[in-house]
Amino acid sequence: MSITVSFTLNGEPVSAEVDNHTLLVEMIRDQLGRTGTHIGCDTSQCGACVIHVDGRSVKSCTMLAVQAEGADVGTIEGVALNGKLHPMQEAFREYHGLQCGFCTPGMIMSALDLVQQNPDPSEQEIRQWLVGNLCRCTGYQNIVRAVRAGAQAMRS
Amino acid sequence: MYEFQYHRPASIDEAKKILADNDEAIILAGGMTMLPTMKLRLARPSDLVDLSAIDSLRGIRKDGKTIEIGAMTPHADVAGSSVVQSEIPALADLAGMIGDAQVRNRGTIGGSLSNSDPAADYPAAVLGLNAVIKTDTREIAADDFFKDLFETALGPNEIIQAVRFPKPKRAAYAKFPNPASRYAVVGVMIAETTDGIRAAVTGAGPCAFRATEIEAALAKDFSATALDGLTFDAGDLNDDLHASPEYRAHLVIVMAKRAVAAASV
Amino acid sequence: MTENGIGAAVRRKEDHRFITGQGQYTDDINRPNQLYAHIIRSPLPHARIRGIELKAALDMPGVVAVLTGKDMVDDGIGGLPCGWGVNNKDGSPMTEPGHPPLAADTVRYVGDQVAVVLADKRSIARDAAELVDIDYEELPAAASLSAASAEAAPAVWEEAPDNVCFDWEIGDAAATDEAFASAAHVSSIDIVNSRLIPNAIEPRVAIGEYDSGRDEYTLYTTSQNPHVIRMLMGAFVLSIPEHKLRIIAPDVGGGFGSKICHYAEEAIVTWASKRVNRPVKWTADRSESFMSDAHGRDHISHAELALSKDGDFLGLRVRTKANLGAYLSTFGPAVPTYLYATLLAGTYKTPAIYCEVKGMFTHSVPVDSYRGAGRPEACYLLERLVDRAARETGIDPLEIRRRNFIPRDGFPYQTPVLLEYDSGDYHACLDKCLELADYKGFEKRRAESAERGKLRGVGLSTYIEACGIAPSNVAGALGARAGLYESGTIRVNPTGSVTVLTGSHSHGQGHETTFAQLVTEALGVDFDNVDVVHGDTGKIPFGMGTYGSRSLAVGGMALMAALEKIKTKSRKIAAHLLEASEDDVEFVDGQLRVAGTDRTVSFGDVALAAYVPHNYPLDVLEPGLDETAFYDPKNWTFPAGCHICEVEIDPDTGVVEIDRFTAADDFGRIINPMIVEGQVHGGLTQGIGQALYEQCVYDDSGQLLTGSYMDYCMPKADNLPNFEVTTNTTLCTHNVLGVKGCGEAGTIGSTPAVINAVVDALSELGVNDVPIPATPERVWDAIRTAAHNRAVSA
Repeated sequence: MSITVSFTLNGEPVSAEVDNHTLLVEMIRDQLGRTGTHIGCDTSQCGACVIHVDGRSVKSCTMLAVQAEGADVGTIEGVALNGKLHPMQEAFREYHGLQCGFCTPGMIMSALDLVQQNPDPSEQEIRQWLVGNLCRCTGYQNIVRAVRAGAQAMRS
Repeated sequence: MYEFQYHRPASIDEAKKILADNDEAIILAGGMTMLPTMKLRLARPSDLVDLSAIDSLRGIRKDGKTIEIGAMTPHADVAGSSVVQSEIPALADLAGMIGDAQVRNRGTIGGSLSNSDPAADYPAAVLGLNAVIKTDTREIAADDFFKDLFETALGPNEIIQAVRFPKPKRAAYAKFPNPASRYAVVGVMIAETTDGIRAAVTGAGPCAFRATEIEAALAKDFSATALDGLTFDAGDLNDDLHASPEYRAHLVIVMAKRAVAAASV
Repeated sequence: MTENGIGAAVRRKEDHRFITGQGQYTDDINRPNQLYAHIIRSPLPHARIRGIELKAALDMPGVVAVLTGKDMVDDGIGGLPCGWGVNNKDGSPMTEPGHPPLAADTVRYVGDQVAVVLADKRSIARDAAELVDIDYEELPAAASLSAASAEAAPAVWEEAPDNVCFDWEIGDAAATDEAFASAAHVSSIDIVNSRLIPNAIEPRVAIGEYDSGRDEYTLYTTSQNPHVIRMLMGAFVLSIPEHKLRIIAPDVGGGFGSKICHYAEEAIVTWASKRVNRPVKWTADRSESFMSDAHGRDHISHAELALSKDGDFLGLRVRTKANLGAYLSTFGPAVPTYLYATLLAGTYKTPAIYCEVKGMFTHSVPVDSYRGAGRPEACYLLERLVDRAARETGIDPLEIRRRNFIPRDGFPYQTPVLLEYDSGDYHACLDKCLELADYKGFEKRRAESAERGKLRGVGLSTYIEACGIAPSNVAGALGARAGLYESGTIRVNPTGSVTVLTGSHSHGQGHETTFAQLVTEALGVDFDNVDVVHGDTGKIPFGMGTYGSRSLAVGGMALMAALEKIKTKSRKIAAHLLEASEDDVEFVDGQLRVAGTDRTVSFGDVALAAYVPHNYPLDVLEPGLDETAFYDPKNWTFPAGCHICEVEIDPDTGVVEIDRFTAADDFGRIINPMIVEGQVHGGLTQGIGQALYEQCVYDDSGQLLTGSYMDYCMPKADNLPNFEVTTNTTLCTHNVLGVKGCGEAGTIGSTPAVINAVVDALSELGVNDVPIPATPERVWDAIRTAAHNRAVSA
């Protein structure tokens, strides 16, 4: 049965017709055409689909679109403002925190949630926070460096 | 996923009515287990009753010597709560070890307990800390709650409203995580409560259980060395890819010792 | 070195789109009016299909078609081809059964494709798939090497009743026997090289689109080598000529070998798009990826090393069984033969080597390349064996390696197993690694660990890799059914910007940056004015793709050759413009100058003259500045290096923690050190994954037990240390830049370094081997068993 779901996406009101069983990530990608949020698994582990809902990072593959009714949703497309990269995005590039790029949007969205809770995370805290985000390319070392640098840039 | 009807009632009564009217309806709490299960087509509810709009189910309250946690309170709130951290730090620590950051942001204590996954962390807290589960109709003691694999004392359509944790004298949780899923291969909550020593084990059996031999040893001497030489019977323990019953039995003792050591600091 | 030229750690061009969510991966593409395909897969490891009932599915609203293997047979569709043939010892060819994209009568592994449902929505296709009633007659199955090798094992193929696909050998058996006869000591080891699932984070996707007006097909696919797919699928499976088939592999989210293969789903969607005259899109769920992406490794070996009384290696004898899966994947037979046994010399001057490999069919997912492909298996076996020999002879593991290294002045070095190494300095890599790892400080750290009740061990490995399989005629003689060259085009645009077309494919390696650096260095064109195009057969002249660490050593060299042609022509044009002799014109900082004068013309003006040829030597020179080169390497390249790992083990739980990991690698000349370091980090992590975490497991009935991330343990951020990496360069002698390749090195050397460290930590307890992955329970069990054995013998 189809139903209209409306929420705020990266500050803009959006709505779409979805099924009850449509996942939030499917609505964002297929109906709303924001394909920066990726799907890498079906058991809620890889974290390629991490977005923000009402200010917290969530896995958008493990949330129904209908559950986002009225929510404030943020995706990777909304991180850079007015064409200017966010310091966390800059840091990922500067520290070579990505290779194929597929996990990167989820990594960045997850890292941003960490830094909003813990503005100066240690390396170990970053590594523990990111266990819900799999990367097959980088070995994580440069991602961790990027998150530290991004957090530092956000503090200053 | 199979098709279903979605409901987001604003009150417990409304939720109860939907559940009563639909035989195949189930409750959706945080959805961290239910939604992946439905995605893999291993569950086929006719109706999903999402409790997220019922505000009274959410929140952490201190009431004298107890902490009450609303059923729909996410793990991250428990882990990050200054009240929980100061009153029952073992509980905050345990909540912070569940899954990953995003699971902790959505997953709830009520959902975890209702599901009673054999490898979930919260059952060890509830059982080890001698909590009381408040439902819409009654209060259930932790010792009476966990029945078997994915089976609890909850009746049909009974909704957990909150969990009340008495403040222990001291307690700690030690977990050996499954390296892949980060569920507990073995998790042990050790607590010294006003009613005595409690040792609750999750991950090792079909559901969380108390390890009475550990409790007895610690009642005599609350120290890690009191468990030296103690062996745990592997007989009925879980056997899977990640750990044999023998290894789990060994880990029960190791984790118990670590929890005791941590609680003694 | 120019600012953005060779050797500079230039930040990547491709990153902007990825960090802003604007990458375009295959699943981000949707075609108008597309249908969604759901592949129905066999739930059984081995069964005969007695019948398929489609009616209920076809009756479901939104379902357009359900196609089966019989439809493919009726349409004359061919089987998926194998790209490398291997011969038996007696010279006869391997057994090569067919590989239908949709099984028509028999299924041979859990996940084998049986039918495809096409519907207007993905959810409808999946719902309808459950209504397709397939009547299976279940047959006995053997998914593992041991089960398939057992007496009276169920046969995967009638034509291979003993499940042996090939029984192959390399090296001199008689000379090796002689070496063993004269040995003072023989060390032997039994090795199980565990089965892995590649797990690129982007699942595979394929979209087929047929244009009936032009009778043309387009396939969008997650591939490392679109031209290879065009060749294999066009010529062998669907009989579509190349000019009617375009393959686009856009941004691809990691490959690691798993996206080399030509997969059934690519053929299915392309074929189906014509049948229904609508675009057809298939996106794998991760659960599907686990049971349909080609798996890797899976060997069982017995190896023996003959040594002199002084510890000189005299001979090496290896017997290996390799699991090929149920069908021959694209390069399946090459991996455990020419990419494995040819590397068994390692970095050592062992004079006699003999290896026999039996390739076995089993009721499991086809096995093919996974990062390293054969070379990690060789390195793991050899470096575990060398460490064991060191322990048994009492020779220090460093000393035994140094003693047997091919010396600095020993190059070129012809191994007893086909390859001729061109350059290297294994002593220097080892020394550099030891220093960076503070190897001398190990005993102190071991003592500190012991005080905390932990067991510390150190392990090292040296490795050799062979990249850029070559030359094509030699590879052909060994069984390759394709060329192994690469193409590259340098297209100078009229205003002087440059478009680079490469047949290599980037799925994380950073070609858009590295290749632009080559152009900037050669032509002096501003880095921002160079763009690299790859992954589209409609745009790129030809290509063999990216795998085997070949992009720079082969694809880069094709670009260097094209750049040379551009420079030659530019000099001719400049000579005309400057009224000078071509021989006197030189390239300097983006200018063409008459040597010894201040007379110059900018490269941009030369480009403009080439496209607006008003003042131009039209009588002797074509207009335009656009050159293509094909490069076929003269030899393989041979990166090598040393890895040192230090682990700390918790004896109470068996948990192994990597405390320090150091790598010193020789990759030849390095174009972008930042990208190279990233490749090493990722490679090390995958090798560590095999050592400690990852393993594909089938149960005795042939069901896949590790079918999700709940059970297949991927290395996570908190599992890993910070790596210390450095390089020690010797140049490749047979390409103009001296480059060797770096993509797989980390994976090759790291697994044995970790396990050697684990065994070192446990050796004082009497443990001399731990299987991979060294999971906590296995380590705990090894400790427990050793303690039991000590108690029994005491």
